[in-house]
Formats: sequence, C-alpha cells, structure tokens
Amino acid sequence: MKRFIADNGSVIVLLALCAYYSVVTLSEQHPNTPVAGKEVAARILTESTGAPNVIVISRDTAQDRAFTDSVRAAIDAGGGTVLAVVNGTPSDARVALEQVGDAFEKVDAIATNHSASEWGPLKPERLKITAAKFPSLAGVKVVKPQSYTWPSFLTRENLVNVINQNAVIAIIAIGMTLVIITAGIDLSVGSLLALCGVTTAVAAQQMAGGEDAGTIGLLGACLIGTGVCTLCGVFNGVMVTWFRVPAFVVTLAMMMVARGLALIVAVQYQSALLGGGTEGTPEAVKIEAAAFGWLGNGATLGIPNPILLMLALYVLAHITMTRTSIGRYIYAVGGNPEAARLSGVPVFAVLIFVYAICGAMAGLAGIVDASRFEGGRPNAGEMYELQVIAAVVVGGTSLAGGEGRIFGTLIGALIIAVIQNGLNMAGVASYEQKVVFGGLILAAVLLDRFKRK
Amino acid sequence: MCGVDKSFPGVHALKGVDLDLASGDVLALLGENGAGKSTLIKVLGGAHQPDSGTIQIDGQPVQIASPQDSQRAGIGIIYQEFNLVPAMTVRENIFLGQEPGRVSFISAGKERRRARELFERIGVELDPDALVRDLTVAQQQIVEIAKALSLNSRIIVMDEPSAALSPREVQGLFRIVAELKSQGIGIVYVSHRLDEIFAICNRVTILRDGEYVDSKPISELTRETLIELMVGRKLENEFPTRVSATVEDQLDVEARPGLVVSGLAGGPKVRDVSFSVRRGEIVALTGLVGAGRTETARLIFGADKRQAGRITLDGNELDIRSPRDAIAAGICLLTEDRKGQGLILNQSVLENFGLPNLSRFSSGGLIQQKSEREAFNGYVEQLQIKVSSPAQRAGNLSGGNQQKVVLAKWLERDAEVIIFDEPTRGIDVGAKFEIYLLMHKLVAQGKAILMISSELPEVLGMADRIVVLHEGRVTGEIGDVKSATQESIMSLAVK
Repeated sequence: MKRFIADNGSVIVLLALCAYYSVVTLSEQHPNTPVAGKEVAARILTESTGAPNVIVISRDTAQDRAFTDSVRAAIDAGGGTVLAVVNGTPSDARVALEQVGDAFEKVDAIATNHSASEWGPLKPERLKITAAKFPSLAGVKVVKPQSYTWPSFLTRENLVNVINQNAVIAIIAIGMTLVIITAGIDLSVGSLLALCGVTTAVAAQQMAGGEDAGTIGLLGACLIGTGVCTLCGVFNGVMVTWFRVPAFVVTLAMMMVARGLALIVAVQYQSALLGGGTEGTPEAVKIEAAAFGWLGNGATLGIPNPILLMLALYVLAHITMTRTSIGRYIYAVGGNPEAARLSGVPVFAVLIFVYAICGAMAGLAGIVDASRFEGGRPNAGEMYELQVIAAVVVGGTSLAGGEGRIFGTLIGALIIAVIQNGLNMAGVASYEQKVVFGGLILAAVLLDRFKRK
Repeated sequence: MCGVDKSFPGVHALKGVDLDLASGDVLALLGENGAGKSTLIKVLGGAHQPDSGTIQIDGQPVQIASPQDSQRAGIGIIYQEFNLVPAMTVRENIFLGQEPGRVSFISAGKERRRARELFERIGVELDPDALVRDLTVAQQQIVEIAKALSLNSRIIVMDEPSAALSPREVQGLFRIVAELKSQGIGIVYVSHRLDEIFAICNRVTILRDGEYVDSKPISELTRETLIELMVGRKLENEFPTRVSATVEDQLDVEARPGLVVSGLAGGPKVRDVSFSVRRGEIVALTGLVGAGRTETARLIFGADKRQAGRITLDGNELDIRSPRDAIAAGICLLTEDRKGQGLILNQSVLENFGLPNLSRFSSGGLIQQKSEREAFNGYVEQLQIKVSSPAQRAGNLSGGNQQKVVLAKWLERDAEVIIFDEPTRGIDVGAKFEIYLLMHKLVAQGKAILMISSELPEVLGMADRIVVLHEGRVTGEIGDVKSATQESIMSLAVK
C-alpha cells in the first residue's frame, strides 16, 4: 500500500486535485446540446394532447444552432409542427412571436434553452402581455432543458479544453524528460518552438505555395521547421559531449540565439513583404493555406488533434524508453555515465540523440502552435522551458538523472494544467498563480526527496 | 597513540594500533596496501573518530573529533591530494581559515611577510603572490608544509609525499624534512619507497592488516627484514585447487594464443607495459598503489586513450578505441570500483545485466524481456547469485553478488579475455572463495584471465604467472609461481 502510494503519488495528487475542483465548482448546469434539444422536444410532444405547434428560440451561436436544429428535427419526427426558428437576439424573438401569434391559430410551446429563456420577451409577465394581443399565444408554455447540479470543472468541454491548451507543453516535456533523465537540462525549447513556427511559416509561404499550398508542400514545410530544431538539438548535444560545456550554459546560449533567429527571420520576412524598403516588425508570419489549421484547430472523432498527437507521442516515447535499447541506454547514462561507458554504451551518441529529440519535440510543438494561430509567431513559447521543466519535475523525474517515467511527465503536465484551470475558474489572478506554481514545484521536489529516504 | 581501534561496516581497519613519535623523530609508517595506514592518518587528522584507544601529545590526552581539533592539537597533515584552492595565491592558501577576525581587514603585507618567514624556516624560496595553480606539484607541497607550520604544528604527517615528485624534487623534500627535524618537529613519513625510508627516517612502525606489527629503529633493519615484517603472514588455505583443463581444451588453447600486449603506454602512469595472457591461464598484474595496474587494464579495455602499444588477441591485432571496441573483440573488465564504475546502482540487476547484451535480446527493435530474464536466471543458477528477484536494485546487493552480476553480464557477451581488477576487494571470505572457484572454471573453459591484485597472498594463490609493475613499467615477471614468495614480489615492486 505504502509502496503503491509512493509509486503513483503524482496520479493520486492529480485525482485529488480533480476531486477538489469538482467539489469547488459544483453548480447549476444548463445544458445546451443536441441531446438536451431532443429531451425538450420529447417533453413538448408528450405533454401536449395533439400535434403541438412549436416556436424554437435561442441565441445565434454554433452550439445554439445545433440545439435548435435538434429540437426542430425531433418535433418534426414526432409529428409536431415547428412554426418558426429564431437564432438571434431578444428583439428577433419578440418580432417572431408577434408574427407567429398573428399568422397561426394556436401556439403550444416555445422551445428554448437557459440563456434565451432569460430574455425579456420570454419572461412570463411579458408573454402575458403579448398573449393579450395575440390570443393564439394564450396557452403557450416555455420549455427549456432540465438543469441539474454538476461540477463545471468536470464537463467534457472543460476537460478537453484543459488538455488541449496544454498539449504543446506536454509534447515538449517528452523531450525534456529524456534530457533530464540523462542528468541534463534544455533551456532552449521555448525559443526553438518559435524558431520552428517561423521557419515553417516562411517555408509554407515561400516554398510550398502560400495560399495554394498542398498537403505535401505543407508537410515539407513542417519537416524543414522541425529539421532546423533537431539540428539545433544536435548542436546542443555536441557541445555538451565533445566540448564538455555544461548543458545549462549551452542551452541558455541556444535559447537566446534561437529566439533571436526567429525574430530576425520574421522581421526580414515582413520587410521583404513590404518591398524591402522599410524595416519589418516582429509580427507573426501568416500562413495562408487553410489546410494548415487542421492540426491545431481540427478534431478527429470529436477529440482535438493536438491531444491525439500528444497521446500518440507519449505512447511512442513510453515504448521507446521501456522496451528499446536506446531507452535503456538513456537511463544507464543518467544513472552512471562511467559504468554505462564501461558497459559499451555509446554515451556521446546517446546524449546527442537525447538533445536532438528534445529539439525535435520543441519543433513539433512549434508546428502545433503555428497551426493553432495560423502563423509562425516569433514571440511564441516564451518561458515555456520553465513550465516544461516544472511538468517534468512534478512528474517525478529526478534532476540528478537516471530516474523518471514518461507517463509521469504526462501526469505532471496535467497536474499543472488542472491547477491552472482550477485557479482560473476560482478567479485567481495570473500573478498570484505564479506563487502557487513556485510552491508546487518546490513541494514536488521535496516529496521526491522524502520518498527517497 | 595507544591501542587505536577503528571499524567500518564490514572491515576492521585498525586493530589496536600503537604509534609513538618523539619530537625531532622522522618515523616511517609502513605497510602493504590496505594495512591501515590511511585510516590511521585520517584518525590523526580528525576525519575519522577511533572506536577506542587514546591519543596523547606531550603526555596530555587529546580528543580529535574534527579537523579543527587536529589543527589545534598541533598536528599538520599533508594528504596525497592537496587541500589547496588553485585559483588563490600562495599566501591566501597558507592563511586560509586563519583570517584575523570577522571585522578587521586582512593585511596583505603582513601575510606576505609571514609567508616569507615560513619559507625561510624551511629554507626555500617561493613567491607568496604566485597563484597555486601555476605551481609545480613540489611547490604546492611546500605550500602545504608552510600552511601546517603557520598553524604552529608540532607534528607533521606526510602521506606518500614523494609519489608525484621527480628525483631532484625528492632531494628538495629531504632537505625540508631534515630542516624540520632539526627544529624539533616530529614527522610521520608514509612511503612505499624503501630507499627513501632508509635515507631519512630514524624509526619505523609497521602495520599489517590493521594490526600493529612492530616499531624498530631503522639501524636495526635491513631491506629484507623490513619486507618480511610488512608481508610476513602465513599463507592459509584460502584458495581452491586448480581443475586442469581437458586435453581437447588444451589443444584449442595451443591454437589460440590469447592476449598479447606490447609497449602499452598512455596517461601519466603507464609508460611501457608488455605481457601476455594465454588462454586457460590466470596472469596476475601486481605492484604497489600508483604503479599503473588499473590504468593498464583501462588502456587495454579502451576506457582511456592509448598513446602507444599493440594489443593482439589470438594473433589478430585489435584497434581498441573505446570500451565498445574492446567488448566487441571479446575483452571485458570487472572494475575495482564496482559501485562507481561497474554497476548502475539505482537500476535493477536485470537492467545492469542486459546493458551490453541488448541487441541479443531484441527483435524488431523491442527488447524481449522474457528472454532477457531467462538468460539472467540461467546465470543466477550457474553463478549462485543471491538475488530476491531480477528487479532487485543492484545497489542493495552484497559485494560478492554485485561482482557476480557484473561477471554474468560479461559472460553473456561471450567475453574471451576477462580482466579482474581487485576481484575480491570488499568481498567477504566466503564469497571470495566462490569468486576464485569461478575464475578457475573460466580458465578451464579456455578463457584468459588477467587479475590485478594488491593482495600478495591472492596473487600467489591464484596466478599461473605474475607480472610486476613499478611506476608504469614491467619490472619483472615470475613464471614459477610455486617457488615465488611475497618477498620476491615485493622486491620487484618497490625497486
């Protein structure tokens, strides 16, 4: 039991946090989904004696439209008549009510959702006044989805959102975990993310054909971007091994150089766009190909693509670290580099590989970022290195090297994401959140120390 | 010092040792490697506390619980590894820790003057403002001596002070020692070089296996009697009798001449080493600490950079540039420092075992953990390794079992030449015997074993041939081990 807690401490912490936020955010939920729409339609159909005449009213958002569409379809299928559908403002609703009240003999129900039911024209006293003018509205009932009490933290929407927003950090954290297992560190990941974004954007615009870029061209652009970052990672690795420069120093330098390069490329590109006469500004390099947004903003089977990419990478990394020679070598180099070398492990190659992977992961994260914002942002990823390191450390990887688990890092990233989300929901300001995070990292490391004893 | 006793977990390092030093004496502290000299020095320096025994200075009992106590008692210790700050000047180093008070400023002029006085006292000239990192080893040693004098030390202990000095510098050291002696300072001089001891010491105290053997004026001793006192211990029957190889294996052995090393040099410690190890043979490489034994092994294994020399295995020349190359050629090394270099302590024994053998257990890029575990379990049985499970952490095993895990990993790799560096260091008696049996088994299978050992009984009990090193060169080879004695080895080793 004790052992189980020690081994799965971070999972337990994550679950406890989720439970805590679930309790704290317990509140009235007003569903506004197609399923809720069906439920509303079903209630109207069963409660009315004949075939009901229904007006459907809601706001003009994608979700509200999905809701009204579902209500309309269900009423039609149940033999009722939908007299009008309003997706708009309260005054639209008022006008529609008057028109329908004027044109039809009997209106049985108004199907709506929580937000629209709060509108003035739908309030009982106002409806009474309207009904006085239009007798057909006299028996009208306002029907809205049943509300229930549920933690707003624990909704699918919120959870998906939390993970999606942190997928980029979690992806970089894979590479960082490998580096930290070898007792190294990589501070350059945030800058490499930006460098990759900008490089990919320029490549997509200039080489792949801009607006008309095809899939192959865009993939090529991504390959160039991640390739550049991988090479930067190789450079870090070579410096750390052959030249014996401390990883902290090498990657600190790379952090500055890569950020600078990202800005230079962006500025020069903007300048070139303007004919070269004026100096450019460090704005995002816009990617015009619409297909490029698929990775960052699209979803497959209802799950956002960044999350799918993240999960795939984690599974791959987990298998690599537990089931392949290179994974064993990485742990060995971190645990005791001299013993590893004397056992025939190619220590230098392993270290260079690890930094290269870290660069590549930062590059992939850069592509997700560029796709999400539809452009390469030279200022993207600032301070990400610290967030990533925090995720790795909270996930139980020892900065002394030799120990750590890939899925531990995922849990660490999720813990940080959940805390951030919870603090946001609780209305804690971002600068106060920093204090909480600082304390959290310290607590995680202390916990690790005690576990060792 | 009287009846000083000190135990470490598993080792009884000092068993009631006496040491008596008069002022103006130069006392040689002698003993084989592991006899307890270093431990005794550390007790004097306050690095270790004795379990029992007393220390008296000028008839007054003193308690030495810390290095500060030792300094206050007037003991200055010059370790082999100097305690100097390379980036600071000579005078800053001398007066480090003696800065006047918390508030007052350090007067550079005063320090400089005092440093000059100290140098004058020992009859040397040295710039007090030179940076320590620019000094030669001999000059750094002088700084250490001056530092000890600045603390008004009445007793100065020098641990192998001549080990890193050139012959001319050693003469300079002798002059300083004579100067200190004439000033009434008592000196404990630890050295393996018997010539030096006869040159400057007037008394000798000998330790053996942590026990006090004898103290004698140097005039009563000869080189031979001294060596006898150092090693004089009866050979017990702690070694198994050799199983001879079968005739078939012998033929095989004839066809494959094993490992031949010629003209090996590299690093500061290995200058010119040549020897051979035939298959089916155990060759012991011995010599004093610092003779370059471990370094020779590391050069053969590719762990350090080889500057010269040829290595052939069964007649084929090997180009070994890294441990990887050596392992691929069938040479493996069981390091002396198992915890630091042989094993990854925080990983499981299985992972340690698998590390050089992963390609063997992999298919389609994935490690087949089942076949890895089966192979390991085979060795658990064969080598009688006591592990609770393959997942046990390597750090939690006893020394003997750790050694067996390392051996298993190399056997799985089909090692042909096995280099054991101090195969039984830190291993208890029972496990020692098992390791010896295993070594016999391995040579019976036609493997070639190079055994590095500073324990002479082990060398005499196990080896077929003995190669003795001194300061990076082979000073002798003993083919007829049966008639060899510890004395005959020692006389080759001390030169």
